[in-house]
Amino acid sequence: MGLVLMIVIWLITLVSTYFFIAKTWWLPVAASAAAAGIDHHFATSFVLMGTVFVAAQLALGVLVWKYRAGASSEKVDYSHGNPTLEIVWTVLTAVLFVGMNLMSSSIWASERFRPAEANAVHVEVTGMQFAWYFRYPGPDGKFGVTKPELEDASAGGEAALGLDPKDPASKDDVVSGVMVVPVNREVEVILRAHDVIHSFFVPAMRFKQDAVPGLAIHMHFTPIQTGDFEIACAELCGLGHYKMHGILRVVTQQDFDKWLADREAEKQ
Amino acid sequence: MDAHAHAAPQGFIRKYIFSLDHKVIGLQYFFLALTAVFVGMFLSLLMRIHLIWPTASLPFFGEIKPETYLSLLTMHGTIMVFFVLTTAPQGGFGNYFLPIQIGAPDMAFPVLNMLSFWTTFLGFIVLLAAFFVSGGAPLHGWTGYAPLSALQSAGPGEGLGADLWIASIAIFCIGALMGALNFITTTLDMRAKGMTMMRMPLTVWAWFITAILGLLAFGVLLSAGILLLMDRNLGTSFFVPLVTVNGQLTGHKGGSPLLWQHLFWFFGHPEVYIAILPAMGLCSQLLSVFSRKPIFGYKAMVYAMLSIGFLGFMVWGHHMFMSGMSPYTAFAFSIMTMGIGVPSAIKTFNWLGTLWRGRIRFTVPMLFAIGFVSLFVTGGISGPFLAQPVLDIYLHETYFVIAHFHLIMGVASIFGIFAATYYWFPKMFGRMMNDTLGKLHFWLTFVGAYAIFMPMHYYGMAAGLRRYSQSTEVAYIQSLLPLQRFITFAAFITIASQLLFVINLFWSLWKGKQASDNPWEATTLEWITATPPPHDNFAGQTPVVHNGPYEYSVPGAPRDFVMQSDAPVTAAH
Repeated sequence: MGLVLMIVIWLITLVSTYFFIAKTWWLPVAASAAAAGIDHHFATSFVLMGTVFVAAQLALGVLVWKYRAGASSEKVDYSHGNPTLEIVWTVLTAVLFVGMNLMSSSIWASERFRPAEANAVHVEVTGMQFAWYFRYPGPDGKFGVTKPELEDASAGGEAALGLDPKDPASKDDVVSGVMVVPVNREVEVILRAHDVIHSFFVPAMRFKQDAVPGLAIHMHFTPIQTGDFEIACAELCGLGHYKMHGILRVVTQQDFDKWLADREAEKQ
Repeated sequence: MDAHAHAAPQGFIRKYIFSLDHKVIGLQYFFLALTAVFVGMFLSLLMRIHLIWPTASLPFFGEIKPETYLSLLTMHGTIMVFFVLTTAPQGGFGNYFLPIQIGAPDMAFPVLNMLSFWTTFLGFIVLLAAFFVSGGAPLHGWTGYAPLSALQSAGPGEGLGADLWIASIAIFCIGALMGALNFITTTLDMRAKGMTMMRMPLTVWAWFITAILGLLAFGVLLSAGILLLMDRNLGTSFFVPLVTVNGQLTGHKGGSPLLWQHLFWFFGHPEVYIAILPAMGLCSQLLSVFSRKPIFGYKAMVYAMLSIGFLGFMVWGHHMFMSGMSPYTAFAFSIMTMGIGVPSAIKTFNWLGTLWRGRIRFTVPMLFAIGFVSLFVTGGISGPFLAQPVLDIYLHETYFVIAHFHLIMGVASIFGIFAATYYWFPKMFGRMMNDTLGKLHFWLTFVGAYAIFMPMHYYGMAAGLRRYSQSTEVAYIQSLLPLQRFITFAAFITIASQLLFVINLFWSLWKGKQASDNPWEATTLEWITATPPPHDNFAGQTPVVHNGPYEYSVPGAPRDFVMQSDAPVTAAH
């Protein structure tokens, strides 16, 4: 029984570890400035935790096999433990866990402690059951006023956001169903939600943040690769949660300027 | 005579229904949890089928709509967390064995004990009723995040179904609070002569610490639930700011959705330890019993459990890194969370240390205890990923989280429940469970649990999101469908093999081999009394304790185990 148990535990361990090393299912392309650092820390954590995982499981397997009843005539070791060993492994794990944490804290700080850069592109991202809307402030650089009583979800676009046409700042606001941003320039997102909590998740950007009704949450990321990337809602928001997705389109600065100008022209 | 002593009842109703005997109440909790676990497992089966065959028509529910799927997952989570993982280890086995293991005739407050069971039972009925009301069960998930859970118009199931769901949890909290008071008082006041705190079995320590966590956590959830009910029905706005649903104003303003999350997780994180601590205590015990060796580092185990309980109240924010909470607090919560890994690692080392140079008997409860250690390591190792905000940016709300908490809080705890059932069945019912069926059940469940939950890590690494009723809408999620298929087939086999457990349980109740008073040759007090134990546990002969709980293979002793009530051990070592 001890032998079978050892073999089963070892097999489970090796098969599980294989798929992590082979990366059969893995993170998508790393398309933001922060992604490389995050992915690197993922790799470090996998090496450290993977070593602990494999070592602990292999040891468990060996122990149950080696000390099975009837394996040897050796007497049971009447021992209540070893305080020195307890201290050694307490210190080792504390160093490992806290050290791992400190290694990653600088990335977190640069992602979340500082505000966006001055030249960042501003995009207001609004979640509602079950769609994302993206608003650009236009040439005046100011978002127009929105009013809940003006919202008309079925009309989509500006009406869905409740944009007040009487506010001069709203005249040049552009509302889009696709999020278009220029490459290699920081994007400041202002996250809002109308009804319930949604979460704005772009796996390729390694970016996720909840959109909470009543709050305007400012976050930033910098795309470094052009292309279309999927946006998915990552917080349960109701029956249509699974289909609340969108596209983040990263284009060159020129294409972005042209796209925005075209939208402005359409609006006039 | 102490106030808690009461005569053995004669009538059926007082003996088996409204019983004051902690043993009967323990069994009531156990069978409630057994019923609940099959309901919860059935719901997960339906979810697994729907995920890979979205158009299939299923028993009881017909065609599964997205909102049906969400109500299945809400009810699955709620039933499993409250009525299985909290109910069986603590209410069931804790009730039955805590008084016996400390040499007490009953719980400190037998009437309160009875009330706490029937309150819990009522909570379960109210929860199930949510399936049958107009609109069905709620779709807001077991975490019930507001405003989704606070607005009738936010979706189907958010009407009466959601009110029943909240009411059920509130009722459960009341029952759990009564139970916690009882456990704490009993442990502190009713230990037999010589049963010092540091001679208590680790199971008793675990139930005691769990009860303290319950006392501090369930009160908060109860309050939060009442506030949520008021938001829903009395027009208050604790958790709801000015929101519109489908363009319509709801009349709420000024509330904070994050407040609900803080209150919920202030309960929710200690709840994880409420589920796992009893399993830790029990598996420590079993590793010692079946290695025929004292537990490695008894004191370290006690301190580790105490620090897990203490730190468990300071880490709730790690569920909220992406919630909009201040990023500075995330840093603090992260450090505390990594800190909780330290006592968890100590426990793992000590379990391995207990096996080391022992003489292991592979009984069915021992197999489940060894399985528990393996699963605890696997489920624990993914914790430090999620505890770091930088990695949680990507992993939050993916299946990586599902894999993590199912392995450590679900499967590992359930392995504790299985181990406890196989271990204590002879004492509870006077018969042994079938060994061959038990072993078959272990192998299928152990391999099956890994086959279900290990691939969920991969699904999460590829950003596969939880609580998605279908994978067809988002292209990258659709490409992960083969993994879902594998998981569903693994779930079929694992769930089917649980029938072996039920068959074994009920077959052994009537046909099992007669058990002796101490079939495992264990040392704790439940094994000195008759099988099954008499009404006052020790037939009037309260034991006096002379030894620690894990005196195995003492050099010079006549047998390889010394009971806690035997003459004092004077081993030369």
